[in-house]
Amino acid sequence: MRSALSEQQFPQYPAPVAIQPAPAPEHAHHPWLQHHFDNMEQQAEASTLGMWVFLSTEILFFGGLFMAYLVYRHASPEGFQEASHELNRFWGTTNTLVLICSSLTMALAVRAAQTGQSRKTQVGWLLGTMVFGVGFLGIKAIEYYDKFVHHHVPGPYFHWEGMYPKPAEQFYSLYFAMTGLHALHMIIGLGIMAVIAVMAWRGIFDEEYYTPVEVAGLYWHFVDIVWIFLFPLLYLIGGHFKG
Amino acid sequence: MSGHVAPKSMYVGIWFALVVGTVLTVVAAEVDMGALNNVAMLLIACTKAALVILFFMHVRWSTRLTWVVAASGFFWLLIMFGLTMQDYLTRGWVPGTWR
Repeated sequence: MRSALSEQQFPQYPAPVAIQPAPAPEHAHHPWLQHHFDNMEQQAEASTLGMWVFLSTEILFFGGLFMAYLVYRHASPEGFQEASHELNRFWGTTNTLVLICSSLTMALAVRAAQTGQSRKTQVGWLLGTMVFGVGFLGIKAIEYYDKFVHHHVPGPYFHWEGMYPKPAEQFYSLYFAMTGLHALHMIIGLGIMAVIAVMAWRGIFDEEYYTPVEVAGLYWHFVDIVWIFLFPLLYLIGGHFKG
Repeated sequence: MSGHVAPKSMYVGIWFALVVGTVLTVVAAEVDMGALNNVAMLLIACTKAALVILFFMHVRWSTRLTWVVAASGFFWLLIMFGLTMQDYLTRGWVPGTWR
């Protein structure tokens, strides 16, 4: 109708032609590609970048506690050394090694998803990571129990035999705040791993789409890095303490 | 997706370096080196953290933008440490200004 009309009115113009749809892609896009991204690379890049922005806030979240540690340790270095000497260095070292192993299994879990290995392999590495994570928390529980038994928990029942009871209480306040916040991150990390393991078991991940494993890995490695600094700062400063 | 696939042997190598770093820190803590103890411990810790960030967290193969964002967190951390400690470390330098 309309084209006939326009031809009547404006015979010099050809009839309007319907706009052609864009040529169909050669193959359909990946099922996990969100419509607001151009392609899988862009989507993955946006996710990892967003995770790094979050991790930057986490650096400063823990940074506040490290700052407090620095100030109070500077105020009473001998007291901190004496208090640090009471921490169990064997368990501290063991836990550091446990976390390093969990980071390796995490990196291999990402690699398994990235190279499109079987879902059994993917879930296996993720479960391995979780086992190390639970082991870490178990050892932490042993240490916390020991501190409660010896009245080294800050508060009305805090008791200190050494020369510096007040700095020691400050040290243990920071010890519980820092390792407690770290342990909370481990617990959250275990929850994330459980979700990712279920996703992996459903066979969601392949060479094209493994961003959730990658991003969860970033979180897990970050928690590992926090411990890499906590371990020497809390456990090792009483190294050659004579008292 | 064109994510970099690193060989398994590289991950195991980084893991081994981290284990060696941990053992080194514990050994270094037992030796009395005076003020150098803290320097050694923190140097080893920073090296271990750098290994994890660059290889386990794939920053080595990430875009410049990721590099900048990852570095910015540590940059602001250093500003916080620096500006706070320039107060605490210099108290008492001028007579009558302690606390």
